[in-house]
Amino acid sequence: MAKITQDQKDYQELVKNSKPKPPYLKNLVMAFLVGGLICVIGQLILNFYISLGLESTKEAPSATSATLVFLGAFLTGLGVYDKIGKRAGAGSIVPITGFANSIVAPAMEFKSEGYVFGVAAKMFVVAGPVLVYGIASSALIGLIYYVVKF
Amino acid sequence: MIDYIMAFLVGGLICAVGQILMDFTPLSPAHILVVFVTLGAILSGLGLYQPLIDLAGAGASVPLPGFGHTLVKGVMEEVNKSGALGILTGGLKATAAGITAAIVFGYIMALIFNPKPK
Amino acid sequence: MAVKKLGAQTVKFQNPPSIIATATVVGPVEGKGPLRNYFDLILGDFKFQEKSWEKAEKKMLKEAVEMAVKKSGVPSDKIEYFIAGDLLNQIISASFAARELGYPFLGIYGACSTVAEGLGIGAMLVDGGYADNIVVGTSSHFCSAERQYRFPLELGNQRPPTAQRTVTGAGAAVISTKNQNPRITYVTTGKVIDMGAVDPNDMGSAMAPAAVDTIVMHLEDSKRTPEDYDLIVTGDLASVGKDIAQKLMLQKGIDVSNKYTDCGLLIYSPEQDVHAGGSGCACAAVVTFGYIFNEMQKGRYNKILIVATGALMNSTIVQQGETIPCIAHAVALENL
Repeated sequence: MAKITQDQKDYQELVKNSKPKPPYLKNLVMAFLVGGLICVIGQLILNFYISLGLESTKEAPSATSATLVFLGAFLTGLGVYDKIGKRAGAGSIVPITGFANSIVAPAMEFKSEGYVFGVAAKMFVVAGPVLVYGIASSALIGLIYYVVKF
Repeated sequence: MIDYIMAFLVGGLICAVGQILMDFTPLSPAHILVVFVTLGAILSGLGLYQPLIDLAGAGASVPLPGFGHTLVKGVMEEVNKSGALGILTGGLKATAAGITAAIVFGYIMALIFNPKPK
Repeated sequence: MAVKKLGAQTVKFQNPPSIIATATVVGPVEGKGPLRNYFDLILGDFKFQEKSWEKAEKKMLKEAVEMAVKKSGVPSDKIEYFIAGDLLNQIISASFAARELGYPFLGIYGACSTVAEGLGIGAMLVDGGYADNIVVGTSSHFCSAERQYRFPLELGNQRPPTAQRTVTGAGAAVISTKNQNPRITYVTTGKVIDMGAVDPNDMGSAMAPAAVDTIVMHLEDSKRTPEDYDLIVTGDLASVGKDIAQKLMLQKGIDVSNKYTDCGLLIYSPEQDVHAGGSGCACAAVVTFGYIFNEMQKGRYNKILIVATGALMNSTIVQQGETIPCIAHAVALENL
């Protein structure tokens, strides 16, 4: 990277002061409300599966995840999820429905480049890092757990 | 009723933290998701995430840190059951439903729908 | 001896080339904007009966060029150069339009400053005696730019208030030796200016210093003042960049406040949900070839300085931690 000069520093300071700020409070409230609401829907689905007799620590949560993923994917397909995301920000990015959105959005977008190099290859451009870091860190923690335990 | 209120509060709070990171730091949403999933895994490893799940149910399992937690919980259970191999098998075993659903539904939706410009 | 060169960066034409005809094509959102009556063709959808956004963009450019040439009355085989560029990798909109148009083609890249770069080179060729009729064009498309520079359309992310919307559209103009107004009188070629911007969601403030540098050089080289112009129009700084550019000019003792505007602000109305305003190659192109060209023909404006701005980056180099270099080229249009 080129070295940052004093002129560049001064200019970036000026930019920082003249930039419009995002509506912090509104964003925060919307993220809280929508994120909370998605979790309530998750809880409804979870309770529903438990009432069907699914085991409550593994089966029911797995089925809930799969259902929420379906909902996130379907709303993305309908073109609704990005409208929610525009207002809710992290409120619809952080829940697992957002994970589904981040998979369907590029898969749809790159369909024009074919089903192998487009849909399949681009499916994980956004979600891939989550899997990589999630799975790698869980394996690392598992290793530590194994060493400590045995 | 109390489980819905707790799910709403805890889930909402986790998302609000994400929003604060988005608005006040230069981190992109992708960075924040990576941080969240890793953080969930670490908290779970320290035994701190399960109590949150017990308290808030879907409020803690639906946001992305819950995904990290499920991975780690799966790894640990599998290590208990089958030793070192569990390090490699436990995580995906526990999260298989979500990941497979994402791939299958993702593919189907991409087949059916097209992106709509706004 | 470069007899037509003034100062460090400016040329003054001996026989100022004319813009004899222009044509513009815009997308549905621009077609609902305040300048809608100035455009030749407003698309009902983003695909223009094509299969992909990229193909739609190419078709818009081809359409704009064909319309401009038709309006100019110059027979197709008398078009000696087609100068064009766009935002897509390897400027495919321009070269694929050129494939179908069949004119001798010079592909240029100046990001969103392309329209001024094209007018500049075109006018130099015409006044240099190398051609009598040249067509210049450029295009951009919201959807093709989003997927190349940012995210898939359906991704549920939030845009900061500094973000700009890429204008969907294409503009073309025929430059000629014909004796007709408006004319291109001066061209100031900009230097690449990098003031350390890193935020790809804030192009306006990244490009503002380049615009100011070029305006200052233009005034210095041509010994003109802002009073010599009816209007100074930057390309796509939008609301954030325009305010900063104005501040920077005031710091240098240049007051343009009463005659300064920006294409990124003109193209959309504040009610349209476009954050800071418009951007993209088509932004300066459709505003210049639609609105400004028409108003000059009517005589409402007689002397205008167009300063098209561009951010010269792609997402790879930004991810590698580089700051964003920018450029601006100025073209003076006058009714003589």
